[in-house]
Amino acid sequence: MPVTAIGTATVHVDAEGFLTEYDEWDEQLGRELAAAIGIELTDAHWVPIRFLRNDFLEQGETATLRRVSTLTGIPVKQLFTLFPSKPAKKMAYIAGLPKPQGCV
Amino acid sequence: MTTPMTTPMTAPGFIPDFGDTAASGRKLAIICSKGNLDMAYPGLILATAALGEGVETHLFFTFWGFDMITKSRMYDLKFTMLGNTATHMPQGLGGLPGMTALATRQMKKQIAEIGVPTVPELLEQIVDSSGHLWACRMSANMMHLDESDLYDSIEGIISAADFIEKTDNAQIIFI
Repeated sequence: MPVTAIGTATVHVDAEGFLTEYDEWDEQLGRELAAAIGIELTDAHWVPIRFLRNDFLEQGETATLRRVSTLTGIPVKQLFTLFPSKPAKKMAYIAGLPKPQGCV
Repeated sequence: MTTPMTTPMTAPGFIPDFGDTAASGRKLAIICSKGNLDMAYPGLILATAALGEGVETHLFFTFWGFDMITKSRMYDLKFTMLGNTATHMPQGLGGLPGMTALATRQMKKQIAEIGVPTVPELLEQIVDSSGHLWACRMSANMMHLDESDLYDSIEGIISAADFIEKTDNAQIIFI
């Protein structure tokens, strides 16, 4: 499995660059992952990121955009503003999780 | 969008490509011509997926697809076993009184169980994701419907030619 350096950390990633080890992530790493894809994290970004981390622990899979919106109460429109173009994938990447598998 | 590299990366190839730097310009046009519950979902799910991938998406509702966006019908789309061999049930059963209602209830339950929203909820998500909804002029005329009869987020009632113009260079899916 490929290894890459993000900031001062060395992490395991899949062929596309998504982190594969849940425990290699911390919030500092999250900020660096976000910066690497051009996003500066604000409090508004952290709400869905932290939700994704906790939800993954409970569900064993990455929440879809709809699940994030429904359970955090953040409108889909706002998620598109916070994480432009591909919100579900970008949130998953920053949260150090695999891409979501669900369709909606 | 540019991607500022504020962090030194020893293996920059391992950052996923979110397509932000490339002006992809990909466009998708989905023509929804069916009004059955089961035939409403494919177009709406594809649209949701495309929008989540940053693809500009336009939906055109025509003929029976009008039921998906007509206020008086969109909450009550139906599924019937009649003419659908994929249920693997005797066709005669589908014609019994109450079977369409039963099959519809069953399908709605199965869809809800896997966490997929209803048709109106999916339409709302598509609009919130900047998808475009268009109604067919000819269908509106045929069914004597106007904007007031249609889902509020429909951007307009337009001709087929208008839709073709709006979806210049788009990939087209007909359902």
